[in-house]
Amino acid sequence: MAEAAPEQQSKEAGVDRRGFINWVVTGWLAMTASLVAGLSATGRFMFPNVLTEPPSSFKVGFPDDFAVGKVDERFKEKYRIWVVRNDTEIYALSGICTHLGCTPNWLEAENKFKCPCHGSGFYISGQNFEGPAPRPLERVKIVLADDGQILVDKGRTFKYEAGQWTDPESALKN
Amino acid sequence: MPNLKGTLTNVWNVTTESQVWKSIFRHGLPTSNRNRVLVVMSNVFLHLHPVKSRKAGIKLRYTWCMGGVTFFLFLVLTFTGLLLMFYYRPTVEYAYADIVDLREHVPLGVMRELHRWGAHAMVITVWLHMFRVFMTGSYKPPREFNWGIGVVLLVLTLLLSFTGYLLPWDQLAIWAITVGANMARATPLLGHEGPLSAALKIGDMSLVHAGDDAKFILLGSRVVGENALLRFYVLHCVGLPLAAAVLMAVHFWRVRKDGGISGPM
Repeated sequence: MAEAAPEQQSKEAGVDRRGFINWVVTGWLAMTASLVAGLSATGRFMFPNVLTEPPSSFKVGFPDDFAVGKVDERFKEKYRIWVVRNDTEIYALSGICTHLGCTPNWLEAENKFKCPCHGSGFYISGQNFEGPAPRPLERVKIVLADDGQILVDKGRTFKYEAGQWTDPESALKN
Repeated sequence: MPNLKGTLTNVWNVTTESQVWKSIFRHGLPTSNRNRVLVVMSNVFLHLHPVKSRKAGIKLRYTWCMGGVTFFLFLVLTFTGLLLMFYYRPTVEYAYADIVDLREHVPLGVMRELHRWGAHAMVITVWLHMFRVFMTGSYKPPREFNWGIGVVLLVLTLLLSFTGYLLPWDQLAIWAITVGANMARATPLLGHEGPLSAALKIGDMSLVHAGDDAKFILLGSRVVGENALLRFYVLHCVGLPLAAAVLMAVHFWRVRKDGGISGPM
């Protein structure tokens, strides 16, 4: 705790007590303000304005582009989803293993998704049946856009165990 | 009011007597000469400085504070440079685009400007610092070794400036470094166009040629390209700042060991 300078010294320097305190307060305020400004600017700097991520919502084509009984792998590389069509519906499966987040592979010959990391296996429906994965793959929002194309939105996911696969947006009826 | 004062005193006492406080501060408040010395001696940053300085020796009109300003600019450049490294990629494909993005698309696009102007300012303050030291005779014994350290620091500052100049990867940068690196061709013995280097040969085989001389090792190539960009980036961001930081520590330490800041004659 700095004591104010003794009376004698202050007079020599030509600074009285009030003036000294005014300078100290002004100095502290200026320094604090510049510190806060600098730190907020630095914090803001770390949040980029431009991202190179692919958009989370995108069109994948018309329903007729997808064959019944097939897993479409065209969108796995860029968007990390599969589009699957069966007799009754079209749905989009998220390519994120529900164990620890690796990307499973679709094994056409064995008719299953198999995760290369720890061996989790999923049926074509996304249901888990082997390995450490605790729950089915998630489905993502799939609807028809105005132009008749299929619109997939990864921002909305549907979990089987939460009863969300019955949601009208979790699949397109054939 | 007495109650408030009593409470504050209690809080202060409990704080300063806690193990956390005592583990950080090994001494009392700097109210006595002994404690003031301990403050300096027990702090790794402060102990590089003298415990006491001559009042006349730290007058602004005597020192111009140019050494201090240089060190401050070094810290600013280290900090802004670190932030720039989060967005800049030292490759031929991305370098220039990233520099433009740092101005146009990155939040608060002044970070690169701060770094650039800070760098120009540092070169100027280093020269002014040397000018002051020279004019006040502060290079004389026992400070001649520290003058030598200072000259090396001057060279490091200029090399930092030189290596940083290439990183924007625009036409100015590429041709400036082309011209600058060409000077290395004339290095005695080590440059393939320098004096005496032609004499270094075994039979008809020349030992120093365009593919292995001083310019080649500087650029990692015969021309300014991907290798040169990466070399200059590594030197600029790691090698040279590290060397400068170590030598600055020695520089400050020797100011203390050689009798503190010199006084006016």
